[in-house]
Amino acid sequence: MNSEIASMIGKRLVIAVITLLIVSFAVFFATSMLPGDTATILLGQAATPDAVAGLRHAMHLDEPAVLRFLRWIAGLVTGDLGTSYANNMPISKLISARFVNTMELAGITALISIPFALTLGITSAVMRGTLYDRIVTVLTIGVISVPEFMVASTAVLIFAVYLKWLPAISFVNEVHSLYDLLRMYAMPVVTLTFVVSAQIIRMTRAAVIETLSTPYVEMALLKGASRSRIVLRHALPNALGPIVNALALSLSYLIGGVIIIETIFNYPGIAKLMVDAVATRDLPLIQTCAVIFCAGYLILITIADIIAIISNPRLR
Amino acid sequence: MSKLVEIKNLHVEATTDAGRRIEIIKGVNIDIAKGEIVALIGESGSGKTTIALTLMGYTRPGCRIAGGALLVDGKDMAGLSERERAKVRGTEVAYVPQSAAAAFNPSQTIMDQVIEVTRIHGLMTPDKARERAIELFKALSLPSPETIGERYPHQVSGGQLQRLAAAMALIGGPKLVIFDEPTTALDVTTQIDVLKAFKSVMKAGGIAGVYVSHDLAVVAQIADRIVVLKGGEVQEEGTTEAILSTPSHPYTQELLSAFEPKETQFAGKRTDKARPLLEIENVIAGYGPIQADGLPFMKAVNSVSLSVEKGRNLGIIGESGCGKSTLARCIAGILPASAGNIIFDGKELDHDARRRSREALREMQIVFQYADTALNPAKPIEDILGRPLSFYHGLKGKARDARVDELLDMVRLPKALRYRHPSELSGGQKQRINFARALAANPKLIICDEITSALDTVVAAAIIELLKELQRELDLSYIFISHDLSVVEAICDEIMVMYRGEKVEHLTREDVKSPTHPYSKLLFSSVPKLDPTWLDTLVLEPELVRQYGGA
Repeated sequence: MNSEIASMIGKRLVIAVITLLIVSFAVFFATSMLPGDTATILLGQAATPDAVAGLRHAMHLDEPAVLRFLRWIAGLVTGDLGTSYANNMPISKLISARFVNTMELAGITALISIPFALTLGITSAVMRGTLYDRIVTVLTIGVISVPEFMVASTAVLIFAVYLKWLPAISFVNEVHSLYDLLRMYAMPVVTLTFVVSAQIIRMTRAAVIETLSTPYVEMALLKGASRSRIVLRHALPNALGPIVNALALSLSYLIGGVIIIETIFNYPGIAKLMVDAVATRDLPLIQTCAVIFCAGYLILITIADIIAIISNPRLR
Repeated sequence: MSKLVEIKNLHVEATTDAGRRIEIIKGVNIDIAKGEIVALIGESGSGKTTIALTLMGYTRPGCRIAGGALLVDGKDMAGLSERERAKVRGTEVAYVPQSAAAAFNPSQTIMDQVIEVTRIHGLMTPDKARERAIELFKALSLPSPETIGERYPHQVSGGQLQRLAAAMALIGGPKLVIFDEPTTALDVTTQIDVLKAFKSVMKAGGIAGVYVSHDLAVVAQIADRIVVLKGGEVQEEGTTEAILSTPSHPYTQELLSAFEPKETQFAGKRTDKARPLLEIENVIAGYGPIQADGLPFMKAVNSVSLSVEKGRNLGIIGESGCGKSTLARCIAGILPASAGNIIFDGKELDHDARRRSREALREMQIVFQYADTALNPAKPIEDILGRPLSFYHGLKGKARDARVDELLDMVRLPKALRYRHPSELSGGQKQRINFARALAANPKLIICDEITSALDTVVAAAIIELLKELQRELDLSYIFISHDLSVVEAICDEIMVMYRGEKVEHLTREDVKSPTHPYSKLLFSSVPKLDPTWLDTLVLEPELVRQYGGA
């Protein structure tokens, strides 16, 4: 049985790598098709054709796209992420600090939102049909329906502009104490927790309700099991697969989908870096960011798949 | 004997989706003595499971105990708090579910679940509980009792799971065990082992039981007393012998007569020169990737040949998984056969239904087991029946309406039903509509795939009667697939026995009583008889059971 599991996990990993390759291919050619010529933009309108041609040659822009793609992939694999077009710095250097910032924001949000959302999801499933369940359902649907920029802008308007409790913009450099840190992270984290939790709550509730209506849960009840035992020992282990997948989907959003949050709070993370890179036509930077987002997403989904496989005794 | 259980004037209410309250149990009184097994028998919806579950102080969601007393060993289950009820569950009253396969948690080992009761109620140490469980496994004659508990539910067979569920119920040392149709989902050959195991363990421990079932023959083997229920009320109550020999209530008589196979003369006379209507030769079909020899990896039907003569019926019988439904799908072309010939009315048919002519499709119809899933719930009956009329005969407007009325008349349903949706019909009515849809094509052959197995005995018997009448009127032939020998015997001229995808025997009506193949012998002798001594006196050759028995 174990070799079967290993081969299933192996298959998932191969699929993940292939997906990553396809995505990087798509990203590369999509960015290559962006209008405007990088060399012209970099040198400005006054540049002579000779100078533009020279720069294009120096940047390998005159080579066929396939060749450039292979060169780029080879660089990625060996850890050389290339050089930014815009300010001539190694991309790895540009990204590393930003990556840490994004992971901090994502990590703190995950630490708060996962226990919060799981608790709400499970309790509302157990107390299905009660006032508590209805309030949770209405609130989660409300939060899902309101776009995140709306939540973020409203929060800025209230807490930063009117009440002046919190800073509107996150300046990582000005953090001197734990209090500063809390103030800085409060609004982005709360906004993200809102958006991320709503999905987890709904998926968890649905998954737990489904297992709660199975005959083996009824059987546990007829054995005299207490409610907590029924939920923790019988319902949850069988709802694990869908719940882990919901978690993975929501968390992957924290890595790649925080563009709006990072932009509104001017938080120096990777997503903000990518938005800036688009503005300056900094192709290598855009491509690298996109691949990082995709990799993060794939890692989380693959982990969720593997947990789902392992938690299923039919495959053990 | 002193009373262990007294149900006094029990009322249970259910709340419908529309919020209306209806009474589903209307003042039921039942007593059970210590060590006595009482059967609750009745059709679906008669309230038998609901009553049994109230003995644990439990009602399914949407139902509640509205009145009456439920004394179990002196405690009123209706009056206890949820916490006090939980204490009784598993220790004093235990439950054996209908489908053990669904009642076992797929993510825990069997042993963990069997001894969970002792853990919840703190009855004994886990080691002691494991020992006790292994003793029970032995008593229930489970194979490899020492190690079977380490497996997961999906790794053991249905019959074994059902016995394991009994072990799970017995480990807490209950005074009363509730069996909720515990053998309905099993093949007859497996059912015997399970029934025997239940009976010996219950008798040995002097445990009282409530046995919920719709099958009188099964109940006759195990129960001391029978309570007949209908519409949430007790119709008749008495000892097993009394109910079986001298039933007084008309409903009980109806139940008994539905069970007895009727002697009817068969319309189909064998004419010597008759050309077979359907002939299939060496058909192979199955699932999974196609191998190098062009055959599927998993052969569900392995080189089966058969023929059906005009006006005669062929029954195909076998246990679940023997390939009988696959064979039906293969003849109908839904699952194209990988090899072999299908000759219908002298013409060779394509294996794939999509490449058969409309006329060939029209002449052979198939009726599925579950009318619930076979009828489009969004369409009224007239559209469901009208569709094949337009498709095969191009009928429209008035002509079509008239034909729909005729069809409803043929299956003995009132014309007014044409405006209803399937959800507004009973199970038997739905199956009639399902059958009328096949008739709409004016077929020569109808393949009936387990069409009575989801129906109550009385309703099923009526459907079989209908099929016979229609055969006389319309000159039809049936292929009748079932796991239930009595149903097949009631309608078929010839019977084919399948085992593991192969045809093992072909019998005519005359030699049904004396099959020659060992598997047919085992299968036929495993069908429960109404005689209460049948199970105790039944002797099966151990060699046969080892080779072909369930589990």
